[in-house]
Amino acid sequence: MSDYNPFSLVGKTILVTGASSGIGQATAVECSRLGAKLVVTGRNEERLVETLSRLDGDGHVSIAAELTDAEALKRLVDNCPSLDGLVLCAGRGMTLPFLFSSIDKFKTVFDVNFNSTVECFRMLAKAKKLGRGSSVVIIDSTGGTPNGRFSPGNCIYGASKAALWSIMKFAALELAPKGIRVNTVNPAMVETPLIKSVNITDEQKDLDRKRYPLGRYGRPEEVAYGIIYLLSDAAAWVTGQSLILDGGVTI
Amino acid sequence: MEINEFIDNLAAQFDETSADQLKPETEFRKLDEWSSLIALSIIAMADEEYGVTLKGDDIKGATTVQDLFDVVNAKKA
Repeated sequence: MSDYNPFSLVGKTILVTGASSGIGQATAVECSRLGAKLVVTGRNEERLVETLSRLDGDGHVSIAAELTDAEALKRLVDNCPSLDGLVLCAGRGMTLPFLFSSIDKFKTVFDVNFNSTVECFRMLAKAKKLGRGSSVVIIDSTGGTPNGRFSPGNCIYGASKAALWSIMKFAALELAPKGIRVNTVNPAMVETPLIKSVNITDEQKDLDRKRYPLGRYGRPEEVAYGIIYLLSDAAAWVTGQSLILDGGVTI
Repeated sequence: MEINEFIDNLAAQFDETSADQLKPETEFRKLDEWSSLIALSIIAMADEEYGVTLKGDDIKGATTVQDLFDVVNAKKA
């Protein structure tokens, strides 16, 4: 019984977007350690190669693509093998008070966080790259979503994450007959390059860390473990759900 | 860049503090109304009005309105 592991990813092929840094990179690494074959994508070829070099095992591939570019996205979908898992990590941050959140700022963030994420998912599903029993995990956030946290200056980012939360519900419902599960993980603050775009002082971040009952922000691999649960057969009966990973801050 | 114009733009980020209450020597963080949201609004205003990217630390490092004006002016140059 030593090989008993319902959380294993052996035999699964998993595409991770935004795999060149942060949560995406940690997810690719941890998935490979649990036996998955990875397809990693991101904008920056050099950093993707760096991710690729950190993966355990053989047979992984990287496909550089700017997902907001329709042709690049089509190339990615065309070149993608059949998938058992899809992890949508590509995203960006922006801190602006509501009164400064003009429509062009919304467009900048929504293009990356929402439009290209949803289009990548839709095109892969339409091209039948996501088979029966496959699992889609969208990286959402506690910022701006139900039961989450609403902090000043986070309205554009939060609204883009709320939109992803909504899409997750619709897609879970409509893709269930095809045997495709769709869930989100909703992390609070995680120590990644993205939180450097949150324009507050280090002192304010230290104060914020103390508001977390578990005393600190998350680590990228701790989000990856939640994603792995949703990708694995252990979560075969879980769809349309959000897994909040937050050190207790939304209690 | 004139300090009076800067003070008008600064005052627009406050609800209960008028431009004539803001002097170059005013210690803005001591105003009753001061909040982290106003700090974020000042950062956004500097970008919108002057094309200057302020960091949270730039606000933290300033004590008076004059200090804020100076840091925006320096970055604008």
